[in-house]
Parts: sequence; structure tokens; C-alpha cells
Amino acid sequence: MADVRILTGNEAAAMGVKLCRPGVVAAYPITPQSQLAEILSRYVEGGEMRAEYVRVEGEHSALTVCISASTVGARTFTATSSNGLLYMHEQLHWAAGSRLPVVMCVVNRGVGAPWSIFNDQQDSLAQRDTGWIQFYCRNNQEIIDTLIQAYRIAESLYIPVMVCYDGFVLSHTMMPVDIPDGDMVRGFLPPYKAHTILSPEAPRTINSVLFPWRRPDPEGVLRDGYMEMRYKLEAAMKKALPAIQEANDDFARIFGRDHGGLIWTYRSEGAELLFSGIGSIANEATVAADLLRDEGIPAGVLGVRVYRPFPRQRVIEATQGARAVMVLQKGTSYGYEGCLTSDFKASLYESTLRVPVVDVVAGLGGRDVKAREIADAGKRAWKELEEGKLKTHSLWLNCYTGEDDAE
Amino acid sequence: MQNNIFKINETEYILPGSRACQGCGLTLAYRYMLKALRENTVLTIPASCLCVLHGLYPITPVTVPCLNTTFASTAASASGIAAGLAAMNKSDITVVAMAGDGSTYDMGIQALSGAAERNTDFIYVCYDNEGYMNTGTQRSSATPMGALTSTTPILTKEHTKKDFVRIMEAHELPYLATTSPSYPIDLYDKFVKAKRIKGTRYMHIYSPCPPGWLFNTKDTIRIGQLAVETGIVVLFEIEDGKFRFTGRSKTLAERGKRQPVVNYVSRQGRFRRMSIEQLNRLQAWVDSRWADYLDRAES
Repeated sequence: MADVRILTGNEAAAMGVKLCRPGVVAAYPITPQSQLAEILSRYVEGGEMRAEYVRVEGEHSALTVCISASTVGARTFTATSSNGLLYMHEQLHWAAGSRLPVVMCVVNRGVGAPWSIFNDQQDSLAQRDTGWIQFYCRNNQEIIDTLIQAYRIAESLYIPVMVCYDGFVLSHTMMPVDIPDGDMVRGFLPPYKAHTILSPEAPRTINSVLFPWRRPDPEGVLRDGYMEMRYKLEAAMKKALPAIQEANDDFARIFGRDHGGLIWTYRSEGAELLFSGIGSIANEATVAADLLRDEGIPAGVLGVRVYRPFPRQRVIEATQGARAVMVLQKGTSYGYEGCLTSDFKASLYESTLRVPVVDVVAGLGGRDVKAREIADAGKRAWKELEEGKLKTHSLWLNCYTGEDDAE
Repeated sequence: MQNNIFKINETEYILPGSRACQGCGLTLAYRYMLKALRENTVLTIPASCLCVLHGLYPITPVTVPCLNTTFASTAASASGIAAGLAAMNKSDITVVAMAGDGSTYDMGIQALSGAAERNTDFIYVCYDNEGYMNTGTQRSSATPMGALTSTTPILTKEHTKKDFVRIMEAHELPYLATTSPSYPIDLYDKFVKAKRIKGTRYMHIYSPCPPGWLFNTKDTIRIGQLAVETGIVVLFEIEDGKFRFTGRSKTLAERGKRQPVVNYVSRQGRFRRMSIEQLNRLQAWVDSRWADYLDRAES
């Protein structure tokens, strides 16, 4: 019988972590992640979960503990938000460069300054180039399911994985969650085997200095230079695209829930106005699509579940037939446009599609984004499109910019 | 302790081919430290002179397994290794974090203080060569007052060296000790002892550096000895809060014949712009600290 409980996103994440049985957990509290760190400490102290819980003095150390514990062969977990994630930045590169399958929850929150404890996705979007796989969840069920998939993907490819979900919108909101069976999770997720173990039995210096070129070892065999090692990370990222889909499909077969793999779509058939986005804002867009459909506008949603590696081919396929795309994101690349917008446009350049793409920056620092407001923006764009004068410059939704007065 | 060179472990853990500088005090100390710690030891180190000593991939002269980590994270890395080994039910491995003064006194102090407060089961070793020597001899908070460095190139360093051992002592550790490569048996004995103790152990190696301190490479041992003879460096250990002089510092404390600091300072090019006023301040600082240690040894 299904074990369905009403859980917050953080509670669902904690349950997911427990099911994956990491040997080492290291975390430092930060809003809105704190509840997750608290629940895990309760699990460990109460004997519900057998893990070493290292209550570190900062996020830089939290990820370092995971990196080094992973190097001696332990499965590891950490979680953070916002400035905590920024503080980890150096170690994000180190984890990926070391090819360690650390799994981390990022409970998305705006970054300072000025301070905001509320949700946007600037924190993890800004970590795009660190070599981590990034998942964005739509609801609490997807958080627990994605965590289980994340460990399998990370440990088969030796790439660290971020499981991102929106602060408060998901982390503190209760939803029914079907808890996967522990034995079935064990069947789905084989034990972690480190690629290079730090151990007295096979002494080696790990991650020592490399010169730019390849060098022979004492037996005369040419060994990788820095660039070859980095290329291997890139090659593994390419392999991650099918591996993520496979893990998703396997999971769907065993547990009966399919989250789409790399992308998901909603009413995309015949959709001429396509909303795209990541995380809960894309979920909100499904309601907006319904509203527009009710008014006769053929709208749909293309949700990007995996932001890195970017599912370029899947995005192109799902955009066929669209006359305009509105990319919604809770973050931006200052001086240009939202990075999801840029990546979306760049993907289309690889195809014959020439679809106008509207950059929509929304919900920064927790600014509310209602389905009605997304629908209104969609309606305006549709009208402009019909009149042949669609504006594609960045639209800051629900933000007083002073531009209305100037017009 | 038996003051006898023949008791030292004959196995070498650093093979020929190290990339350390000629006359490097760290290399000598590292050699005796590894001999004392023996097999079943794992190390973690940051970017440092020690990282350079370990050589360029895919070749290393060091036979002890070693994990490189970032500059601020050495002690956190040891925490991760210790936690990982505990999770894997491996309890017989000695975990050692080793970093220079730059990444101990400056950037790594947070991670070290955190790991020490948690009484993480590891040995932290700071080899103190009094500056960022690997990056070209810049000033650190361990650089002594009056020294020229590449970032105090004209006026010399104005501030007194941070007393880091006192900071570590405030963490109420089971064992702390100061050592010098000029006194290898004292160093060896302390590491043998540290290995047997559980919890966070802090070991300080005062490590003369010819290119950074500007003395002839043949004088490394002599400079290290003069540091102890003048009381600039004091050899001691603190076990469960109990202070004890050791080695040469013990005989100096008992017979009271410290040399003036000028004998140490005048042998190094880095102090060539030191003023008389600075020299007097340094002597006063050494005298006052020495008096404190004498008080502690007696009580």
C-alpha cells in the first residue's frame, strides 16, 4: 500500500536523503534550508539514519567535508541556499573537478545585497558553469523522487548533482507526497563505488599540480594533462543527457511516476505560444496556459527539468510549431538577459527554427508571480505577435521600472 | 624520552626527487614527522610549499596517500576524511592535515577552529615558515615584526607575529606541541606521542626558509637552533592543559642562558632594515613570553 504523507518540500527532501542512506552528511543552517538540516540531525541522533553528521562552521567546510568523505568512499549529502551556495563556490568547482558524486539540495533563495530571505533562482543559476548537474523540481513529490535519481546518476557518471527547489514556495509548503519503498530504492540505487580511493592500501597523491601538457609516469605511459581531465568532465556531461533520461524512465517503470527526464511539457500539442521556465515558476505557467487556452489562445509549457547539461535537442523538438516563446526565470545575467533565455536561444540557433524568444525576469527576491500575471503577459505578447510587432527585450514582470511613465 | 637517533624508524616515506627548495626546513621536518607517524596514515594538504614538494602529476616522491584541497579548507578536508572513514568503519587510520602558516593563521583559521571545537580525530600540522613562501615570500600574519617580505618590501612588517599556539590552546585540545627540524628527535618523539592520542592534536613546526628569510642554504639547521637558543621559538608540549618545556628549551629554562635575539636576527637578510627600536621591541616580546612560559612550567 502506498505511503502517502503531507509534507513540506524540506521534509520530502529529508525523507529522500534518508532513503538513499548517505554515510556522511555535512550541513550549515541557512533559511530556507534550515529545516532540512534540522530534520536530518534528528534522524541521525534518533538512530533512524546511520550517518556521520558533521555540524560544520560554514558552507565552504560543508562541501569540503562531502568532497573528502566521498574520496574515502562514503556517499555524501549537503544542502544550502543563497549566500551559503555562493560561499561554496570554490568547492563546487573542486567537487566537479575531482569527479565526486556529491548530491546537494539547493533550496533556492535570492542573494544579497540587499538581503532577501525569499525565493528566486539566482543562487543556483549563477553556479551554472561549475560542472554540476542541475535539476529543478516542480513540486514536493518531484523533490523526493529526484533525489533518489540524483544519487544514481551522480555515482554512475562521477558528476556532482544539485537538486534545486524553490524556497518557501516548495520548501515550506505542504503537499501530499508518496514515499517510495526503502527496499525498492535499494534496488534502484546500487552502492557507491569511488573511482579513486584515498587509502593507505594504495597510496597516491590525489589532485596534485598538473602542468599544461601531458606527462609520462615512471613507466613511460603518457598521463592526462589538466585539459584532458577537464575534457573528460565535459564528455561525462554529454553522457549525462541519456543517463538522466534512462534513470527517469527506470524510475517511472519501478515507482510509477514519470517526471519527464530532461524536460516536461504541458498542453504543448498545437501550442503556438510556449512558456518555458524552471522550477515552480514553470509549474505556475501551466495554470497560465489553461487560462489562455480558455480564451482561445493556443498556449503550452515547456518545463526545463535539467538545466545542466542543457537538453538542447529536446528543447528544439519541443519548440517545433511554436510561434513565440516566453522564457520565465527567477534570475538574470546582469547586462544581458536571463541565462535560461540565452541558452534557449542558442539551442534554437542549432535548428532551422526562427522563433522570437521573449526574456521574462520574474519573482526576484520572492516577488509574487501569479498565474494570472503570467497569463496577462502572455496575452500581451500574443496580441503583439498577431499585430506583427512582438517586443523581445527583457520584461521585468511585476516590477516598477519607471518606463511606463516615460511612455 | 630516550634521546637517541637509533630509535628512529628507518623507513623513508619521501623518496629522492622532491621539488622542495635546497635547504628547505619543511622537507626535513616532514621526513621525521612521516617516520614517526608510520604506515596507515592519510594526509590532506592545501596549495602550499608542501604541495610543490609533492611534485607534479603523475609523479610524487611521497609514499603516504595524500589528498589535495583548497587553501581555506585543510581542516575541513580532514573532518571529511575522518567522517568518511568512520562511515566506512575504518578506525585505525591516522588522519593528518598539514598546511603552512598562510593557510593556517590566515585563510584556514575558520575551518581549523571549527574542526578543533568539534574535537575531530586528526592531527593538524602547521609548518610555519613565516610567510607566503610558495607564492613568492609575501607577508602573512605569521611574519615577524621587522621582516622584509615581497609585500612589505620597504618599511618591513609593522605588526607582531600572531601567537597562534595560544589561539589553538583556547580550544582545550588534548595535545599541542611546538617543534623544529633542527631538533629532529624532539620532533619525532612528539609525533609518536601525538599519534597515540585521540581527538584534535595541534603540532607546530617552525620551519626555516632560505629563499624567504635570506640566509645561506647550508645554515638551515643553525638558524633553527638560534631561534630556540634566543627564545624566538620555544620547544614545549601541552598535554591536557599541562605545559612542559622539552629538549633544548627545557635546558635553557633550567639553566637560563638564552642568547640575545640579535644573534638570530643578524643572520638573516630579511631583517636587514629592522630598526633598533623594532629589535628592542622584539627582545622585549621574547622576554615577556619566556617569563610567561617559565611561570606556567613552575605552576
